[in-house]
Amino acid sequence: MTLLRSILTVTLLLTFFFTLSPAFQSDELLLDDEEFGLEGGRPQTRPSSPNTAATTTTTTTRKRIPDSASDSKIQFTLEHAFGDSDFSEAGNFSARLKTWSHGAQTLTKLRFSRDAFTEDEKNKFQELLKRDDFYRIRLPSNVLSPPGRDYIVSSVKARCLPGDGLEEHFVIHTEGVNILAVNYGAPGACPFPRQLKLPAKWSFKSHTLLKNTEQAPRTPIFTEELIGGEGIEGELVQPIERSFWAKYWMYMIPLGLIVMNAVTQAANMPEEQAGGQAGAPPQQGTAVQRGTNSGVRRR
Amino acid sequence: MAMAIRVFLSFLLFLSLTNLASSLYEDQVGLMDWHQQYIGKVKHAVFHTQKTGRKRVLVSTEENVVASLDLRHGEIFWRHVLGTNDVVDGIDIALGKYVITLSSDGSILRAWNLPDGQMVWESSLQGSKESKSILNIPKNLKADKDDLILVFGKGCLHAISGIDGEVLWRKDFASESIEVSHIIQSPEVIYVAGFVGSSKFYVYEVNAKSGELLKNNHVALPFATSGESLSVSGDKFVVLDDVRSKIVTIDINNGNINYNQKQVSDLIKDSSGQAVILPSKLPGLFALKINSQVLLIKVTNEGELVALDQIDNTAAFSNALSISEDQHVFAFVQYEDNKIQLSVKDVNDWNGALLKENLVIDHQRGNIEKIFINNYVRTDRSHGFRALMVMEDHSLLLVQQGEIVWSREDGLASVVDVTTSELPVEKEGVSVAKVEQNLFEWLKGHVLKLKGTLMIASAEEKIAIQKLRLRSSEKSKMTRDHNGFRKLLIVLTRAGKVFALHTGDGRIVWSTTLHALRKSEDCEHPVGLNIYQWQVPHHHALDENPSLLVIGRCGPSVTAPTVISFLDAYTGKELNSLSLAHTVARVIPLPYTDSTEQRLHLIIDVNKHAYLYPRTPEAIEILKREFSNIYWYSVETDNGVIRGHALKSNCIHEIVDEYCFVFRDLWSIVFPSESEKIIATVTRKSNEVVHTQAKVMTDHDVMYKYISKNILFVANAAPKASGEIGTATPEEATLVIYIIDTVTGRILHRMTHHGCQGPVHAVFSENWVVYHYFNLRAHRHEMSVIEVYDQSRADNKDIWKFVLGKHNLTSPISSYYRPEISAKSQSYFFTHSVKAIEVTSTAKGITSKQLLIGTIGDQVLALDKRFLDPRRTLNPSQAEKEEGIIPLTDSLPIISQSYITHSLKVEGLRGIVTVPAKLESTSLVFAYGVDLFFTQIAPSRTYDSLTEDFSYALLLLTIVALVAALFVTYVLSERKDLEEKWR
Repeated sequence: MTLLRSILTVTLLLTFFFTLSPAFQSDELLLDDEEFGLEGGRPQTRPSSPNTAATTTTTTTRKRIPDSASDSKIQFTLEHAFGDSDFSEAGNFSARLKTWSHGAQTLTKLRFSRDAFTEDEKNKFQELLKRDDFYRIRLPSNVLSPPGRDYIVSSVKARCLPGDGLEEHFVIHTEGVNILAVNYGAPGACPFPRQLKLPAKWSFKSHTLLKNTEQAPRTPIFTEELIGGEGIEGELVQPIERSFWAKYWMYMIPLGLIVMNAVTQAANMPEEQAGGQAGAPPQQGTAVQRGTNSGVRRR
Repeated sequence: MAMAIRVFLSFLLFLSLTNLASSLYEDQVGLMDWHQQYIGKVKHAVFHTQKTGRKRVLVSTEENVVASLDLRHGEIFWRHVLGTNDVVDGIDIALGKYVITLSSDGSILRAWNLPDGQMVWESSLQGSKESKSILNIPKNLKADKDDLILVFGKGCLHAISGIDGEVLWRKDFASESIEVSHIIQSPEVIYVAGFVGSSKFYVYEVNAKSGELLKNNHVALPFATSGESLSVSGDKFVVLDDVRSKIVTIDINNGNINYNQKQVSDLIKDSSGQAVILPSKLPGLFALKINSQVLLIKVTNEGELVALDQIDNTAAFSNALSISEDQHVFAFVQYEDNKIQLSVKDVNDWNGALLKENLVIDHQRGNIEKIFINNYVRTDRSHGFRALMVMEDHSLLLVQQGEIVWSREDGLASVVDVTTSELPVEKEGVSVAKVEQNLFEWLKGHVLKLKGTLMIASAEEKIAIQKLRLRSSEKSKMTRDHNGFRKLLIVLTRAGKVFALHTGDGRIVWSTTLHALRKSEDCEHPVGLNIYQWQVPHHHALDENPSLLVIGRCGPSVTAPTVISFLDAYTGKELNSLSLAHTVARVIPLPYTDSTEQRLHLIIDVNKHAYLYPRTPEAIEILKREFSNIYWYSVETDNGVIRGHALKSNCIHEIVDEYCFVFRDLWSIVFPSESEKIIATVTRKSNEVVHTQAKVMTDHDVMYKYISKNILFVANAAPKASGEIGTATPEEATLVIYIIDTVTGRILHRMTHHGCQGPVHAVFSENWVVYHYFNLRAHRHEMSVIEVYDQSRADNKDIWKFVLGKHNLTSPISSYYRPEISAKSQSYFFTHSVKAIEVTSTAKGITSKQLLIGTIGDQVLALDKRFLDPRRTLNPSQAEKEEGIIPLTDSLPIISQSYITHSLKVEGLRGIVTVPAKLESTSLVFAYGVDLFFTQIAPSRTYDSLTEDFSYALLLLTIVALVAALFVTYVLSERKDLEEKWR
């Protein structure tokens, strides 16, 4: 009974939560947990599908630090530029740096908080939209010692971003503590004659994803292999036969004709009846058909 | 077990039968393919003309070829192509029967049998220090004695037996810090001489028998020297001082070293220019070059310098040739107002010339760079001379009696870029066809052909048939053909010469040395870089010739001044040439043409400017229209960075140039330098045609290929494992591959191969990439395939969606879409290491593809793409088998019939080019290296045409016979009918 009640409460709570969640402006952005298998320590909802798990919305600039931090925690900044302007700070990524026993370090649990556009930036962005120019972002290539060797730059046509609000999608490719590249753009489509559309809301809806390298599939190794087998012997003969026919059909047809003619003659001779001739035309017909057939195959 | 083997064997046989498409019969060799052998630019030449039936010249070249050429016709007797790292340092003849070559910085000494080129012995010489390498073989006319071959290389002096290549003794000079430049051999003592630093001249005496150091001696000059020292005679050397104003003569007679010095200005009045000692070895003489003049200076026995003569406009000096005991001659070439004069003079008797000939050499060959002379006895018992000349375009000429006896176009051994051009359209009224042979010839030919088909032809007749086929075939005509087999292959060589080769028979249609790429004061080391199609007229194909764009540079560095030139593709005439004010880092042909069908090109320089060509207002108009749609990328290999760029605005210069643009960086990818290093990047060919985007799977499912022109394949290796195979352990080695969209810089796919390393060779086509690398764990080479499919269109499968128009197939594709792709990948073992990979390309892209793999054996292997299908499984279902999926094997089969080069080798293979013919089934393949090879292949057989050897006459004969038979039977049956009616 208590069990039933507790389930009921949980369901109720969950439904409550789900109905609330669009309204609840979460600042969390926890991604790709499946990939790294780091669970727990998050007083957060677990949305049902992994797709939605990969994305959470960020609109406020508040930061909340999770309390279970056994690994070291690092932050790096996102900078943006409007057209060819200089880069300025636009937001903050925070992630956990997990150090493995063999010394390798990987980034997990990426969170992102974006600063809202200032008035000045809004004007600049509108200017970009009018000119159909690039909105550029950059990240350090090394998160431990930013900016590393160089900045990772990515850009998108500003007109791709405005949807309902401003929508953006980051895929950050990492290798240990290094960031290799960032795939940046609108989450949806952006067909070429890009229309000028001002965003309804000046708030960013950001989706982020951390990506690491995949392992290449191993080459299959067969020691002693018997593959194929049946059905091959039959095909062995066929090409030879065909090539023979293809080579000599021009002799075969006249020969066949002559033979057939002779047969007809011979058939006609003893019978000496009108009916003996009936055998010839259909035979000739087949011979001609075979001739054309082989002609087609020859091509 | 036996069963398994049998099944496996039959499977192999089956595989070989399915691949017959790319193989050919013995008598078809040479019908569609041609093969040309070259050797490259000659560095050294040694004549061998004494008491042999066949007169020959032995050469070593810049392509690292050692060859023996027929002196009468210039044909190759034998030839060996040493590896790219095995540079030949010296060549000579020992014992009168061996050719000795020293290569790889003086570390490998080989002896080749003179008549047939078989290797007799090989010695690997050890040493610790990089140094100049010297090969010294005593000129001993008595061949019975075992001569010592002296080799200085890697800081060591080696004495090697000429008979078996055994190292008799070794003396290490590495600790002495001497730059050895001369070895002088006398029966008992060997003198090793050279400079320590730039002013101390050391001479070591070494026992010739044991290699023991007898004594050393040195002299310190009161000033530094510059340039190479030259040995004038056995005991005298000349060298210039560091300001090139004094000539120093060093005499090492009797173990005492003395030196004299003389001002250059004492010998010549106008000594304002830089003096250089020419490296020609002349006994008692040396040649000093100042400006364009050459001063011949005699060194007397007392060490005095006497100016003998002053020669203007000289091109080249030969080494001295001894024609008798005390007579030494040498040759030089002089330019005198459009005439070329070859003179042969005696070293001791300056006034009389043994030979003075005027030559006529094609202007296109450029200047004479090197000359080697050889003597022969004339019919009147006097001395005759022949000269081997190496020209500026790398061709080789033999001159005798003032005429060119033979010439070799050896520039074609160093092809750097290839493009193709269509031939002119056959105009009406102008018959290009040859006059028909007379009727008898025609009949005879057909009788021969009939015999051939009935298999009753003898061996000679077969050859005659072959010749007849070659001659009568229309393949060497100079007009466009219906099937598009006849084309011009336009090749640019390193020397900056452009050749047009006919695809039919490989003959040179025209050749042009670009005027701007001739060696001159401003352009010291011209090199050809790239060749592009500049203008391809389709609308005015009858009255306009296509033209080409050639890019060259004056030197190896990127900052050297650049030259561009425009050529007519039919005649080779240089239409225009420009010396560019900017450098060329990259040339991007844009997909736009102007109203005269000139293609727009962007040239990117090193200072981050983009220049538009052609420089016309119309081109600017077109560019303005597409301004925001032009993207490109650059790869900084040393830095490990890839950047994407787009045009920004006009350049801000003092001088307004509206054809100059600045660009900005849109994206960048920075690879971590400690774990990755870029070793290969490959893109799709810009002119590739894809027939269909959809791929129907066996379960009637549709996959959509991810087809984008802006896609880049990058292979990165761990820095530790980027060297040779074997230098890294499997744990250290990783190979990371990327597929990158070059407009947005998105990484579409990324994958790591652990325990693998380069070199990586890859080819990108349609939606797949195939790459070749080495697997350290399996100790084998591997080939992998990645196929990329577009998932965003994957749900267009429902027929109702098409009916209701709800599909997204017609929506435009933009790089700013978030890509939803899936990649399929599989790896296979491959036996060979690879020099180049290409893929066949056909006109419409319908024909299935074959990979063309340039193997380490310098052959080209055609491998069906079906073998590299990621969908191969161990036990394919019946439906999959019908589709042509081959059961999975761990390694790719190498079937000897599928070598498209059949029995030939394309020595020093460097690249493979495929060009589509107009006939969909056929692809033209051109492989180049030291040799050239061309053929046409049909990956799915010629399903759309009759084969070339199809006998139309026989077909006609059969039809006639059939008709005749019809008539005869008709008449016969009529007669019978009548008889019966009368009965």
